Amino acid sequence: MASDVFFFIFAGFAIACAISMVYHKNPLYSAISLVGVFIALSCLYVTLAAPFIAAVQILIYAGAIMVLVVFVIMLLNLDEDRRDNRLGFLYALGGGLGLILLAQTFFVFYAVMRAPQQAVNTAETAGKTMSIGQAMYTEYLLPVEIVGILLLMAIIGGVVMSRRLNQEQIEAVVDKELELRGQDEDKDDYRIAF
Amino acid sequence: MEAVLKTAFPFIVFSAGILAAFQGVLMIVAYTVLAERKVLGWMQGRVGPNRVGPWGVLQPFADLFKFILKEDLIPDKSTKFVYFLAPLVALSCALLPIVVYPFGPRIADPLGWLVPYVADWPTLGPAVAWIAEQAINMPLTIARIDVGVLFVLGITSVGVFGIALAGWSSNSKYSLMGGLRSSAQMISYELAMGASVIGVVMLAGTLDLNGIIEAQIRSPFKWFIIPQFLGFVVFLIAAFAETNRVPFDLPEAETELVAGFHTEYSALKFALFFMAEYVNMFTVSVMCVTLFLGGWYVPGLGKILQPGSIPYALVSHVAFIGKICFFLFLYIWVRGTLPRFRFDQLMNFGWKFLLPLGIANIILTIVVVYFLNS
Amino acid sequence: MEPSLASYLALSGILFTIGAVGVIYKRNAIGMFMCIELMLNSVNLTFVAFSRYYADTTGQLFVFMVMAVAACEAAVGLGIIIAFFRNRISVDVDDASLLKN
Repeated sequence: MASDVFFFIFAGFAIACAISMVYHKNPLYSAISLVGVFIALSCLYVTLAAPFIAAVQILIYAGAIMVLVVFVIMLLNLDEDRRDNRLGFLYALGGGLGLILLAQTFFVFYAVMRAPQQAVNTAETAGKTMSIGQAMYTEYLLPVEIVGILLLMAIIGGVVMSRRLNQEQIEAVVDKELELRGQDEDKDDYRIAF
Repeated sequence: MEAVLKTAFPFIVFSAGILAAFQGVLMIVAYTVLAERKVLGWMQGRVGPNRVGPWGVLQPFADLFKFILKEDLIPDKSTKFVYFLAPLVALSCALLPIVVYPFGPRIADPLGWLVPYVADWPTLGPAVAWIAEQAINMPLTIARIDVGVLFVLGITSVGVFGIALAGWSSNSKYSLMGGLRSSAQMISYELAMGASVIGVVMLAGTLDLNGIIEAQIRSPFKWFIIPQFLGFVVFLIAAFAETNRVPFDLPEAETELVAGFHTEYSALKFALFFMAEYVNMFTVSVMCVTLFLGGWYVPGLGKILQPGSIPYALVSHVAFIGKICFFLFLYIWVRGTLPRFRFDQLMNFGWKFLLPLGIANIILTIVVVYFLNS
Repeated sequence: MEPSLASYLALSGILFTIGAVGVIYKRNAIGMFMCIELMLNSVNLTFVAFSRYYADTTGQLFVFMVMAVAACEAAVGLGIIIAFFRNRISVDVDDASLLKN
């Protein structure tokens, strides 16, 4: 009973936040909505007896990735994006893709509903930190190592990608861009961001 | 009726516990503010607030009423929704970790003494007996979860949003700079903080805060501050940065940024930020006490008082509060003593000194634990 | 009474659909990035739901891996976005149509 109610509350919240994320043009509103989705999903993980994943979800997604995204949005001082899409056919494509995916979702829903119901295994060891840790460092050691290397590569890649340009490079880039667009205003505003 | 009450009983206990804990924390926070003004006054050869009530003890409530009665100014070009959301996020993220902290040891039979007095009463007697039975060995934690450490770290990191969003939505350059600085600072020092906690988690073998205290009681050192002194130092410094306190109060550096991220906030919204800062100080102090100073555990107390008895729990709880008060005093002491860092110094210190120190602590702990176990 | 496995799968499918449509509709790179995160999360939900209903830890381990990959994606992706902004003073993906510059 209680977990049914929780499911509908958090599922509704997650879907509402997801729609608001796509709907809002302002990237910061989108980011806040996405944090809402992450928190709702984390609550769902708690009802699914996976407290470790729930805590990690908050720590990594809401606490690290989204803070980084908000930081970038604030740093670049992004405004609402009102320009028209040059590729208009994408709207039709998006609508079609959405309908297909929704149809697939309902197909899966009915197929699983009609399948013989698997009784919930109430042995709640699956979500415990201890069992996750044991699986991580015995059976799945290689994937964990690979993920570690991947993270190292991402750190180096991030540093290389976002390193500071020197003053001459900045001047060259800004001048070229403004020339390309034929705008003269706000030249200094742009330079601040570099 | 009886069945409904029995089903609702855990929820009632949770609600009562949350209410009591939040109330207690907010009282401690109110008097931390007063203590800060008093202690800073004494350090600077002043008296401090002494007009409201005897020795100024009613000053926090006077401040609160003033905050409530002030006019609530909202900047014209602010982003309204986010502007309202930010203080709420800041305060709720500061208060949330309280639900997982262990406030004292288990009491074997907390309400058993009450049962004989009411045994003859018609309905109350059995009800009290039932409640007393439920309360046997109840932990003094509101929500005992398996991943307490991760929960606290996660909620603390979400608290950055409050400050970042406040800075962004006020539409003021001071606020924006304050918000940017604070998000950069908190992202940087969170890493050092996480690294310093890992050593303790390895020694305890659990992420559960109660489990960590039990592991400290079992260990030969009694308090993890002895084997994990390096981790303790890193944690303490990172905690100062995480709570935006001097010497790391860059987000609200008065001389450069007016008041930083809350420049445009007034009245009750400002009060929420103010409270959030002090509640954060409290929660980080509790974390420090729990991880490194044994939480409520006092070495040797078990020989004087019976563990599990009510006096033992009371003394332990008072010791717990005393340890927290020491850290709160440390915050004020440091504020009265040290000057503020420059922003590039802050970043260099966090990334090039504190984080490597934290990682060195992890490696050292791994090596020691490995050789002790083999 | 727990909600059935099918309802978790349905929720996950709906979130995935919203994310996929969002990637196509959004024009700025950060918005697209966030939509991709949403899709990854909807997949995580199915992993955790299956892990619960078959009492198997592997699903949760996979979620952990997905999160690590998402963190890598955030680091590199945001790095690319910043580098792109520096070159074009925009994060609109329609501006990323040139191989030169």
